[in-house]
Formats: sequence, C-alpha cells, structure tokens
Amino acid sequence: MMSDSNTFEPKIVAFVCNWCTYAGADLTGTSRLKYATNVKIVRFPCTGRIDFLFLLKSFAQGADAVIVSGCHPNDCHYTSGNFHARRRWIAFRAILDLMGIDVRRIQFSWVSAAEGAKWADLVNNTVSDIRALGPYTEYQKVAEYLEKEGFDGEA
Amino acid sequence: MEKLRERAAALLADGTVSLVIGFEEGTKRPRPFFCRTSDQASKLIFDSRCFHNLAVYVTKKELVGKEPFAVTAPIATLRSILQLYVENQLKEEQMLILTADPAGELFELRSFDEISAYVANFELKRGEREEEILHKIEGMTREERWQFWLNEMSQCFKCYACRSACPLCYCTKCVVEVNRPQWIHPWPAPLANMEWHINRAMHMVGRCTACGACGEACPVGIPIDLITRKMMEDLAPEFGYIPGLPARQGNALSSWRLDDREQFIR
Ligand code: SF4
Ligand code: SF4
Repeated sequence: MMSDSNTFEPKIVAFVCNWCTYAGADLTGTSRLKYATNVKIVRFPCTGRIDFLFLLKSFAQGADAVIVSGCHPNDCHYTSGNFHARRRWIAFRAILDLMGIDVRRIQFSWVSAAEGAKWADLVNNTVSDIRALGPYTEYQKVAEYLEKEGFDGEA
Repeated sequence: MEKLRERAAALLADGTVSLVIGFEEGTKRPRPFFCRTSDQASKLIFDSRCFHNLAVYVTKKELVGKEPFAVTAPIATLRSILQLYVENQLKEEQMLILTADPAGELFELRSFDEISAYVANFELKRGEREEEILHKIEGMTREERWQFWLNEMSQCFKCYACRSACPLCYCTKCVVEVNRPQWIHPWPAPLANMEWHINRAMHMVGRCTACGACGEACPVGIPIDLITRKMMEDLAPEFGYIPGLPARQGNALSSWRLDDREQFIR
C-alpha cells in the first residue's frame, strides 16, 4: 500500500479463528496476494472464544478498527461456536450503539480457509472505510489517562 | 395485610417454611425483613411501597439454606424469579411465593408454570421515567449518546450497588474481581467505568427482566437499568422471546437459530 506521510494509516486488529479465517489469511500469503499491512492478526481457537472485552481493549489501546472473522455458518470446527458468536455480536453491536460507540469500526466477516482473496478484500475494504472515518480518537481519549498514569498494556 | 401475617405465622408455626422473606416498616420506607418465627410475622407488611426486589435474596445459600422458605413478591420480582428458574438457580419444591393481585387479594404460587401463567397477564410497560429518558436517548445522534453516557458514567464510583441489587447478578466471582490480568480496573476512571457498564450490560443480555433494581440502587442516580432494559425490549423479540416473560427455551445467548440476522456480517 503506497502512502505519503499525510495519509492516515488506520491501526486494525483482526480476531480470527484458527480453522477458517487464519488459514484463509495464510492462503492470501501463499497465493502471493498483496494487501494492506494495517492489520495485526490474533488467532483464536474459535469465534466462540472471542470475548467482547478483547474488542474493547483493542480500541482502548489505540486500534481504529477491529475485524472479527471465522468460519461460515455450518462450517464451525466445533459445530456451533460461530452461531453462538453471531448472537453475541448482534447483542454486542446493539449495546455499543446504545452507548454511542461507533459500530462501523467493527467489521464482522466469514472467511473460509479457501478464501484467501476474500481476506485480502476484507482487509483492503476495511482499511479504506476506516481511512475515510479517521482515527478513533473519541474512544482513545477515554483511555488517555492510562498512559499518563503509567499503566502498561495490562489495562 | 392481616391475611399475609396470619398466613406467614401459620406457615412458620407448622414448619411448612423456616423463613419468610418479606418487608417490614423502615425509617423512611419499607425494608427487607427476614421473618423466622410466627411471633415476628406481625411485623410483615406488603403494599405498593414494597418494591425492593427480594428475589436478590433467594439465591443466597447462606441465607435460605436448604429448608423451604416463602417470599413476598410483586410482579417485577416474579419476573426475576422466573428467570432464576430458567437458569436453574432455584428449586420449585423449596420456594413458596406469596403475592397479591391488583385488588390486594393474597394468593400463593408454587411452581414455574403457575408463576408464568400469572405473569403472562401483565404486559411489560415502560413507566413515565423510563419513557422520558429512553425517548430522549432514542432521539440522539450517536455522538450525543456517547457524550450522554460518558457524562453519566463519570459519576460512577464503582460501589457495585447495582450489581448487588440485581437478582440475576448472582455469580460468586465477578469479572471485575478477576485480576490476572486485571481486566477492568477496580477504581473509578473513564475507561474503567465504560468497560464496567458495557460488561454488565453484555452479561445481562437476554437475562434482564427490567425490574429496575439496579437503577434504584445507584446512589448517584445513573439510569443504568435503562441500558439493560432497552436491550431486553429490542432484542427479546428478535431472539423469539416475550419481554419480561422468561421461557424455558433457555437464554438468548445460550441458544441460537440458523436464521439469526447477519446482514452486518461481510
Ligand atoms: S433491571 Fe437491573 S437489577 Fe433488574 S434484572 Fe435488569 S440488570 Fe438486574
Ligand atoms: S450503583 Fe451506580 S455508582 Fe455504584 S457501581 Fe453501579 S452505576 Fe456505579
């Protein structure tokens, strides 16, 4: 991704499941598809293991957006982890929206182990969406005191 | 009232129950009263001022033990009790419920099905206060909502009265006490307060019955009950539940449907 120093480069954290999206992202690499480097991938056993607090913690620590992705419905390695996760996301989005948190900054997706190109698109699209939205200073400001008071990444 | 006292005294005297959880006159308003002998039953009261949600006590093992007990419960409390049944926190044979119909006539309920059939007659409605504040919030932009809640949350000093008052917050170890790592800082601070409240709301999704006890308990008057209430109002129909009428099919977040909404998933 070419950029001059004036372009805002969003920081994005991706929470992905081991069986589908992580393997999918791997395929993106082995297929030598180029995509935005703004994303840091964190691997989980299952989308069902992705606690909503992880997402909040990412924002507090400076992420401008979060991607959450796992196996398509009916493809979960543990049968129903993604179905449980989907419900949780519906509820989580509703709560965040009520609290005034910008839900456009959380991108949910299903990316299978065979969808390397979809992963590249997902990241690229999210980066361009977030670039248009700008940094998520609104939330980061609420966490500012942590740094001032000398808390490390444990916050 | 006389009927309640007589009935409670009789239940305690013949050993049907060993405890009646009810109300007695307090300094300014009625307060919870744990009545253990028939002599004490004359202190019991039960009227419209008795709105504390006594369901918060029925899961406290150190209080109710293993013996049968009775509890006085208006509609809001009955809703909480239904939800506690759904979550397998109560035994039908251990609890007897004393309640009064809108005309003030005392009667008894003994099982999930009996309570459920009775509660089904009462639709869950917003009161004046709920309607006023929620209407205001519903009319706000996202940025305004953020400011509104930031402002409200800035008053929170983490006393956890909201948690203590909620009959459904019965975990003996709460996430805010998990300290390896310290998930949510225990002291009041902007981020820590926001995280605590989002966390509380998330843990209440599909479980809150809108009794209002948390908001009532908050010493600084943050309308936190409206967060969990609104989630219930909005999400219960989506997940196939009737708001305020917990059903045996289980909780919203412990079940799922193949056709759950997913247009937000790319
Ligand atoms: S209104 Fe508050 S106290 Fe009552 S069930 Fe909901 S979260 Fe708990
Ligand atoms: S009762 Fe009020 S002040 Fe206390 S922790 Fe709950 S919201 Fe904060």
